[in-house]
Amino acid sequence: MLTTLPPALRAPFSAGGANAIDAQIANRLLALALEAGGDYADLYFEFRVSADYVLEEEQIRTLGRGITLGLGVRVTKGDATGYAYCEDLAWEKMAHAAKTAGQIAAGGGHKPVSVDLQSVPTPSFYAVATPSLVVPAQEKLALLREADKAARAYDPRIVKVEASFAESIKEVLLFTSDGRMASDVQPLMRFGARAVAEDGAKRQAGSGGGGGRYGMEYFHEGAALRRDAAAHGREAARIAIAMLDARDCPAGEMPVVLGAGDSGILLHEAVGHGLEADFNRKETSNYSGQIGKQVASPLCTVVDDATISGSRGAINVDDEGYAGQHNLLIENGVLVGYMHDRLSAKHFGIKPTGNGRRESFRAMPLPRMTNTSLLGGKDNPEDIIKSVKRGVFAKRFSGGQVNISNGDFTFSLSESYLIEDGKLTAPLKGVTLIGNGPDVLRKVDMLGADYELSDGIWTCGKDGQSVPVNVGTPTVRIASIKVGGTQA
Amino acid sequence: MSGAQVTEATIQELRDVAQLAVELAKKAGADHAEVLVRDGTELTTKVRLGEPELVQEAGSRALGLRVLRGGRRAVTYTSDLRREALEALCAETVTLADLAEPDEFALPPDPALLATSVPELDLYDPAVAEVDAAWALRQAIAGEAAARGYDKRVTNSEGATWSRVLGATAFATSGGFLGGYRGSYASLVVEPLCDDTTDAENPKKRNGYWWSASRFLREIEAAEAIGLEAARRTVATLGARPVETQECPIVFDPEVSRSIIGTVFSVANGAAFWRKSSYLVGKEGEVVASPLVTLVDDPLIPRAPGSRPFDGDGLPTRKNVVLDKGVLGPVLCDVYSARKLGRQSTGSAGRGVGGNPGPTTSNLVMQAGGMKREELLRSTKRGLYVTSLMGFGFNPVTGDFSRGAQGFWIEGGELTFPVSEVTIAASFDDILKRIDAVADDLQLRSSTAAPTFRVSHMMLAGLSR
Repeated sequence: MLTTLPPALRAPFSAGGANAIDAQIANRLLALALEAGGDYADLYFEFRVSADYVLEEEQIRTLGRGITLGLGVRVTKGDATGYAYCEDLAWEKMAHAAKTAGQIAAGGGHKPVSVDLQSVPTPSFYAVATPSLVVPAQEKLALLREADKAARAYDPRIVKVEASFAESIKEVLLFTSDGRMASDVQPLMRFGARAVAEDGAKRQAGSGGGGGRYGMEYFHEGAALRRDAAAHGREAARIAIAMLDARDCPAGEMPVVLGAGDSGILLHEAVGHGLEADFNRKETSNYSGQIGKQVASPLCTVVDDATISGSRGAINVDDEGYAGQHNLLIENGVLVGYMHDRLSAKHFGIKPTGNGRRESFRAMPLPRMTNTSLLGGKDNPEDIIKSVKRGVFAKRFSGGQVNISNGDFTFSLSESYLIEDGKLTAPLKGVTLIGNGPDVLRKVDMLGADYELSDGIWTCGKDGQSVPVNVGTPTVRIASIKVGGTQA
Repeated sequence: MSGAQVTEATIQELRDVAQLAVELAKKAGADHAEVLVRDGTELTTKVRLGEPELVQEAGSRALGLRVLRGGRRAVTYTSDLRREALEALCAETVTLADLAEPDEFALPPDPALLATSVPELDLYDPAVAEVDAAWALRQAIAGEAAARGYDKRVTNSEGATWSRVLGATAFATSGGFLGGYRGSYASLVVEPLCDDTTDAENPKKRNGYWWSASRFLREIEAAEAIGLEAARRTVATLGARPVETQECPIVFDPEVSRSIIGTVFSVANGAAFWRKSSYLVGKEGEVVASPLVTLVDDPLIPRAPGSRPFDGDGLPTRKNVVLDKGVLGPVLCDVYSARKLGRQSTGSAGRGVGGNPGPTTSNLVMQAGGMKREELLRSTKRGLYVTSLMGFGFNPVTGDFSRGAQGFWIEGGELTFPVSEVTIAASFDDILKRIDAVADDLQLRSSTAAPTFRVSHMMLAGLSR
């Protein structure tokens, strides 16, 4: 646990804070929330301090800092949810929020409530000795300069470099009417670099970055995942320069090889969202009613694992007070489980899986991914490339989208190459992959032994709520997928 | 729920807080300070299969501060508006600014350019504030029921959501600007779901939606009409399939043409220009689109969704012509990007509570053409009519455009069967220049709006031939 936080970074609702919330206050609020007859209520206190630093045109341009504090109150009655929040921890404001949320159960009759609140023990999956927010800003500004220099030194054709560092500490305190009390302090940092290269009339951009639930040791020698600032700067420059020679991409169906690590985003979109149990509870996902069935090639085993130490999607405890855990979703191609929040777990009659997450106290929890991976196979990654006569090698992704109802997805590639006779030849521009999640997973016919977790840059959006996640995958061959290019 | 009304008194209160924070920042050592204060309340109600699923009600208030000190900038925000909290915030912000490096372009706007009055644009409807959760739920229930009753192939639902936001904004700068205004916005969206068993071995679910939104309660379409249109659109996609890879004409439905128009802004703004993050850099005054394309950003349309009486720098807002019969006009700028480019702001600054100002659109509208939509379709022998796009396949630096598309196949000038799982691609430069027909069906349904239009040809990637 983080014990080194100065008082300014501790939540006012934590013990000893200006608005300390104890079990007694929580109990009174839960009673108010349930007085109209709700079945269940929870209180979600959140305090977040965030900061960001931006370098542009070789100058430290902007420094920013923000503080958010609030309480979200949720009351459920059957499948219906009442939700309200306040940004002021004065008693009358909190009581008003509790009563407003409780209105969902209006007419349900009065029930006196007293809850015996017990702390939920939480492990720690955050690889942080000293959170970066505690470290003087100058150290972070030095990192931005390092990345800038490294990108510029990479090639004289680099004409613009941007570097940024964003960090936050989020402290949460949760009370539930079924007697659970949980707290967590979640540090997060993300470093990014972007470079623009120019050569005559040609212009291209590249980006690099990473981070996770680390402190400054992320950047230091000897760290488990050492990615120094200069390396991120060079990576941005490398992609921008490489893409200067990019040519138009062929259009049509062909084999695609996904590079290790970053390509996990395809899996996140193509199958991950469809396995979030809210869609399956409502039978609006293409994976509804498919438990126990073969939904992917037997090579595929997919897990969602909140316990990967330091990873951007790691959580000790989810936003409903359940411990983060390792969940097997697809085993050798067979669907074995969904990712649940409290509501869906209750519907399916199983234990919650620790996937109930929310963007902030302003929103209700939903089943969400944490760190989602396709596990490694047996093939040598080089053999996978060699096996393709003509296709596309996808190395870096800029983003994707899925239609959860039917699994149709689209991905944009920021770095990709043409494969000709088993060799990577020209870099390609403007490449989009389009397909259907279940269909693509059935077409996985080679799987590398080189599983890699992506560096921490990904943010997942659902119902307007953003949460940090991570993805991982080995090198994967998909026998055939539609590639959207401009060349016939 | 008249307690939800945003009154003149609320705006005055926010103006006072903004003004106080400006003074405190100056006292703390800022050369220049800008303060944005927002107060907002929301009501969201969602129903699914006839039952309430969510009722969310809350209000929030936040203050954003930007200080300049010797060309050094810092930006902070808080939801704690007590005087002592603001004093601490101001001191901290000034300290932060000292860590930045001086930027010769980061200067306050010329005071002579600041807005001196706040035009009344009629952006607030008290009737929106009068809505309570029970009424909102009834609207959502009626919309969903209409969709489910439309056709027995509508087998499930992702629900219907009625929501509203009410808010007030005040902005003050130490340069002498002080202004505030209020706004309302409400919407209903209905999302039906069908089971598509056209391919019996590979059944699929098909989802769709329809919506209506306005600042004015009476301008929102009837719930039943929204539900029926949502169902009609969803049922129409049953049996969607890819077509063969080919080059063909592409017709964009207004739901999609507006996103193409939004993409124009992402490469026609001052921030993208000085960062060289646009393929249009250096092309102002040149032909960059078909002569059929005129695109205007107009913040002063009364009652419109994207209207604003002053911009994020405190400058008066004005109508700007982004594309005039295909010729690129001066790109949209805030004060900073204008200075970087050695010119004047176009009054297009947007600003969030926690950030620097930057160029944004207000009501970005592509002008209607002279052709009926049916006529446009009839004159298209074969091609793809696109009703939705997927993914983020646009590179502003190079203009490469490649996105997933769904819609209908056009054969002999008529929509024949539904299409999905294809991509359409071309350089954005070619897309804009190849627009060869524009319909007259422009409606200002959202802050970015465009009529149906056709691009003479793009590469469609689908099944192998």
